[in-house]
Amino acid sequence: MFRHRRFLIEGLTALGLVAARFVLPHLNVSPETANTILVWGLFGIGFDIVFGFMGMLSFGQAAFYGTGGLVAAYLVINNIVSNLLLALILGMVVAAIVGIAVGVVALRRTGIYFAMITVAIAEMFFFIENNPLSDYTGGENGLPGVPTPSIAIGSFHYQFGTDWSLFSFTAACYFVGIVIGLRIIRSPFGAVLTAIRDNPLRARAVGHAVGRYKLAAFVIAAAYAGFAGGLLGVVQGFMPPEAFDFDTSGQLVIQTAIGGTGTLFGPMVGAAVWLFLRDFLQSAFGLGATWKLVLGLVFVVLVMFLRRGLIGGAAVLIRRTTTRPAPPAPEQSAPIEAPAIASVGPARRRQEAPFSGPVIEARGLTKAFGGIVANRDINFAVEQGELRGIIGPNGAGKSTFFKMLTCELKPTAGRIIFHGRDITGMHVDDVCQLGLTKSYQVNQLFSRLTLRENVIIAALAERRGTFKLDLLRRIDRVPGLNDQVEGTLQLVGLTARADVPVAELAYGEKRRLEIGLALASSPSLLLLDEPLAGMSPVERAETVQLLKNIRRGRTLVVVEHDMDAMFGMAERITVLHEGALLAEGTPTEIQRNGLVQEAYLGGVAAA
Amino acid sequence: MISWSNFLSQFFNGLASGALLALISSGLTIIYGTLGVLNLAHGAMFMLGGYAGYVAFQATGSFLIAVIVGSLFLVLFGVIFEFVIIRRFYSRPPEDQLLVTFGVGMVLVELVRWGFGSLSLTVPPPAWAMGVTPLGFMIYPTYRLVVLGIAAVALAVLYFVLYRTRLGMIVRAGIEDSTMVGMLGINVDRVFMLVFGIGAMAAGFAGIVNAPVVSLTPDMGDAILVQTFVVVVIGGVGSFPGAILGGLIAGEILSVTSMFNPAYSEVMLFAVMTLVLLLRPQGLLGLPSRE
Repeated sequence: MFRHRRFLIEGLTALGLVAARFVLPHLNVSPETANTILVWGLFGIGFDIVFGFMGMLSFGQAAFYGTGGLVAAYLVINNIVSNLLLALILGMVVAAIVGIAVGVVALRRTGIYFAMITVAIAEMFFFIENNPLSDYTGGENGLPGVPTPSIAIGSFHYQFGTDWSLFSFTAACYFVGIVIGLRIIRSPFGAVLTAIRDNPLRARAVGHAVGRYKLAAFVIAAAYAGFAGGLLGVVQGFMPPEAFDFDTSGQLVIQTAIGGTGTLFGPMVGAAVWLFLRDFLQSAFGLGATWKLVLGLVFVVLVMFLRRGLIGGAAVLIRRTTTRPAPPAPEQSAPIEAPAIASVGPARRRQEAPFSGPVIEARGLTKAFGGIVANRDINFAVEQGELRGIIGPNGAGKSTFFKMLTCELKPTAGRIIFHGRDITGMHVDDVCQLGLTKSYQVNQLFSRLTLRENVIIAALAERRGTFKLDLLRRIDRVPGLNDQVEGTLQLVGLTARADVPVAELAYGEKRRLEIGLALASSPSLLLLDEPLAGMSPVERAETVQLLKNIRRGRTLVVVEHDMDAMFGMAERITVLHEGALLAEGTPTEIQRNGLVQEAYLGGVAAA
Repeated sequence: MISWSNFLSQFFNGLASGALLALISSGLTIIYGTLGVLNLAHGAMFMLGGYAGYVAFQATGSFLIAVIVGSLFLVLFGVIFEFVIIRRFYSRPPEDQLLVTFGVGMVLVELVRWGFGSLSLTVPPPAWAMGVTPLGFMIYPTYRLVVLGIAAVALAVLYFVLYRTRLGMIVRAGIEDSTMVGMLGINVDRVFMLVFGIGAMAAGFAGIVNAPVVSLTPDMGDAILVQTFVVVVIGGVGSFPGAILGGLIAGEILSVTSMFNPAYSEVMLFAVMTLVLLLRPQGLLGLPSRE
């Protein structure tokens, strides 16, 4: 997904638009229809970035469409701005600013809550536009008299008409919109959006500020909607108040789903289908207003059986006829050997001055869930370069303890000191950027991406920090990214399988990728939550070797139930029991400790 | 100037429309809570109930029969809808569920438009509920009092079914963990079908009871759908008591604001929803972890 033939799609789009200008008139397509399709298509590019790529379904895009359109129309009709293009851009800017305000509220929730909130907020805009602001917006009448654009360079002057010459203008706008959209989804920023769609929790854990990415994408969508709204006024000659309707948002959602989500072109294709059905069914079959019933049925059937819309369906068809089946998974995954060179630098880029003393220290760490105390007053310190094991019977509070160390959970009391710095109450993504991260007990992968793309997501956070608005940068231009990714893949022994989708990996491979995601962010302290869980004996041996490899230059803390592996690896072991620290010492000391034996065996050994 | 009696009458209007909203919203919230599907066709089912009642009323001339037929028709519709479509979407992402229910809602609206036209239709209130009733401190349209009473009774029945019967216990357990309920040997499929039927009935029942107050149009459900969203977001998604509280709050906001300036009533409703979201994101009676 992150690799593309350069300029191929852009070139085809340009060709298609030029061809449409000359072919469509002969097919009895009216210029209004062609322009309207492009306006919907442009409107939908932003929506698809939010829905298709980031996975958040907004039913309130009409708010930005209407806002941008009204601002542009108002400015140009009242001669406040004489240049139409400038007015369109100002409308876009206002829509984007409104997008920030709406996003701050709506993005507090996800899934259906997000969808419901966007509906409600868009309705609020509808009522405000229709009543309190009707002196400016024309209320139910809209704003008539939006002129067509004109170009004036020196003595040269060209006025676009309302016929096919206007199509050249809308096509140019659409082309610019699609080129920018493609750059955005191919940028590191776009890659992070797909990670948020697949697994927001992990995207945050590898060090991305998920909330800020969501807001940025939402504002981009608002900007696209705002510009398209302005263009709607130009195409129709007046700004219709219907732009604010719930139906407008709904139509955008339907068109995008029909055309195909996650393609950027889906909304345009869907709009073409919509308008074709409308004109064709109404005239050819004399169905009158019933065309919408047919359209609704088509839509329901498409959602039920063709999940990725027309473009998705076509892509599957092409792939089936042109490519041979993927090579089957090897019987045994590549064995892990000690790497010749440790290509993933253990040290963080922003390593602070050399620091002596414990890498991490917990002081009086306590966590209570209601009346249940999961962790009670734990004091804990790990020295530089150590491999520390944490053991304890089920329910001892090991996972809670880990979650507090990485700041996923806020402690009820106590402090966490990392490299001499108090990180208590910090965000997970910021803590990861400092060089402290975790691999999860239950795999937390980006399930719709390939293995390499998974590692890229994690490495991007290491290379770019928590948030960067590098919308137009190509992902392969991120300095050092490739080395970081290849190094990580090599370290976890998955180079040969790098381009396989995660869904097709064997369990052991997924487990290694889970560790790889944590490694790709170059942690100086890595916490591993049951890295051997659910593995076969062969896979266990491989993973133990992997852990021995990656500990060079890093500090590791491992929670594990496999005692043999643990006693063989760890220098020191901490035992938790019923939420409290029971014992700490070398493996030999722990094995001989009477309290530990009692905790595990219920006093049998002591008897 | 706003007089005391004007305020009281608006307050009663708010109660009546709030109770209806609560009823519709509780249908939405029970379906979501149990099945995990946000039904975007819920507004269309409200509309469908009104039209089903209209047809029954035209055929029999009895309002009571209209209410019964309208409700039963929606139970049947809900059960079939669940069996044919919704069932295939439990394992698909929530976005697909939104898309398909949205599409079905659109089909219903267009189907009714095709059959009955876009012009508004009316169902008169029953003869015994026409006119006005003196309440001592003011006189008030009788049928609105009846609506308030009927909605209150319907909510009480729903409460009884949910909290005092075996089915209700299963439904509430299903809200917590439907997989576990299935493990316990309960036929979850059938319960889900029934729940969808009950949820649809709540919307359809409200649709026909409301018909004499407003007039029927095919797209009357759109505005109601948006209002029920606000209700469940205020009250807490998936919470039955939350739907009732949210419904009453929304009804009062709408009517009390419209006393000052009708243009702002909806705006005020959404403003209050935004406030709730900022201060208590899970809704007034919602549990924090349900996402």
